[in-house]
Amino acid sequence: MAAVTLLETKQISRSFGGLHAVRNVDLQLTPGEIRAVIGPNGAGKTTLVSLISGRLPPTSGMISFKGEDITQLRSWSRVTRGIVYTFQVTSVYPNLSCYENVALAAQRGMMRGGWIERLIVSEQRIAKRVESALGRVGLTSEIGRQAGELPYGHQRLLEVAMGLALEPELLIMDEPTQGLAQHEIAEFCDLTRVIAKDATVLLIEHNMSVVLELAERITVMDKGEVIAEGTPAEIEQNSAVQRAYLGTDAAA
Amino acid sequence: MTHNATTKVLVLHLAIIVALFLAQFVLGPYHHTNVARIMVFGAFAVGYNVLLGYTGLMSLGHAMFFATGLYGAGLTVYYFGFGAIEAFAVGVAATFVVAAIFGLIVVRTAGVSFLIVSLMFAQAAFLTTLYFNRITRGDEGFVISSQLRPLEIAGASFPFSDPSMKYNVAWLVFAVSFIASVALVRSPIGRIWIAIRENEARTRMLGYNTYKYKFLALVISATIAGAAGATYALLFSYVGSTFASIQYSIFPLLWTLVGGVGTIIGPLLGTGLMFYLIDIASGLTESHLFVVGAVLVVLILWLPKGIMGGIRDRWLPWLP
Repeated sequence: MAAVTLLETKQISRSFGGLHAVRNVDLQLTPGEIRAVIGPNGAGKTTLVSLISGRLPPTSGMISFKGEDITQLRSWSRVTRGIVYTFQVTSVYPNLSCYENVALAAQRGMMRGGWIERLIVSEQRIAKRVESALGRVGLTSEIGRQAGELPYGHQRLLEVAMGLALEPELLIMDEPTQGLAQHEIAEFCDLTRVIAKDATVLLIEHNMSVVLELAERITVMDKGEVIAEGTPAEIEQNSAVQRAYLGTDAAA
Repeated sequence: MTHNATTKVLVLHLAIIVALFLAQFVLGPYHHTNVARIMVFGAFAVGYNVLLGYTGLMSLGHAMFFATGLYGAGLTVYYFGFGAIEAFAVGVAATFVVAAIFGLIVVRTAGVSFLIVSLMFAQAAFLTTLYFNRITRGDEGFVISSQLRPLEIAGASFPFSDPSMKYNVAWLVFAVSFIASVALVRSPIGRIWIAIRENEARTRMLGYNTYKYKFLALVISATIAGAAGATYALLFSYVGSTFASIQYSIFPLLWTLVGGVGTIIGPLLGTGLMFYLIDIASGLTESHLFVVGAVLVVLILWLPKGIMGGIRDRWLPWLP
């Protein structure tokens, strides 16, 4: 694949009062890759993806997506450009059905254009997209169920389905396997590989076996800064990473 | 949202509209007028519920919108001799403009601050109607029956003093508001409103500029209220500042809560119920508000989501 950049952050920083949650981070994502961001708790991973998705404005630095400066754009405008974020803490709409949850995401992509066009987005087209997204995560049978009644693992999958229905170019997943059972994690890894055929995936993940299995490149953060970046093999060998994150004997 | 449910929703709501139309042929003169009035206020409540029930914004300022429609229609008839249709159009257009200006200012507030700001604006509007006493006649108000010309349609003349004219105009305005609100809340836009009500921050992360959709809900809700106000002026011929007072902001809230927040039928049911409750209670005792209060307490204990909300939870989950 040609070395074009999908997303680039330049010296991006965010502080909360005196705390530098993210400090001068340069990150470049290549289209189609699966990138994992790892690091100890409090390393600034979630803050970093919040800056990318627009949930938080940066204190300084610049973000560009497909060559366009998006630093000042609001979160919803970034979604329409293809940057989609799925939450660390599941945040589906518990009182709405699975269908309605995914339909909200699905209709977003169809509602470009004027008001009239927005009003007459056909429910059949929405339904088709909803069914396809739910099918991809294996939740077709739950379509009419209230999202809040689903077991936790399924709520996470529903969240992913919502992300997929937005047809992202960059899908950011914040700790997607947290709280999943072992067999669900395996299914999730398969799903992520399928997603990565159409989209670039940025993954924040604590589960190292998931990271090593999925990621083509790994970015390691500690105390708000990027301390290493490379292939899984390189990262496993990196002594700074071992010290900061894996612990000195974790490479064994 | 199956095909089956869509049909049921359509049939039920059309049946209500048809039933209200047919009711005029069986009701005695007393109830005939009452139901006409209930339909006008019902439209007001239906519009209010678009904002509260579906978008999750509680307003205490809807009297301002009702009164803008009322004065917009009333003043133009009284001073300029406008016909009913022109006056109605002025009332609705004026409300639309007021709501748009109000919306631009307040749409970034939510929850309690929205409530307070809407109340503040409405009180300012109320005081304005008193301040321009010379024009509005303030509290005392004015009557437009002698200025209002009958509606001429295809050579036939329909005077507004005719009860059947009142009933059918009220029915028409109600039916349009009612059907528009069903259609809207079941459209993609309604789905976004509901999402904003459930979790606004999440909805932004799905790519929606939530301010824009809240603004739209506010303007639609207010314009329906304004249409109800303009209709009230034309049909019942009285225009006074009472309709701009806080009481008329609380009424639609109360009607909606009683009937069922976030249900289409609820506001109409709540309006009718409260109307007759006050009517019957005031026939029985001087302290009729005490009876009303007691009934409200019972209702909130047993049906905290209102009548239609309770029915939806228990029996009819497909109700919009």
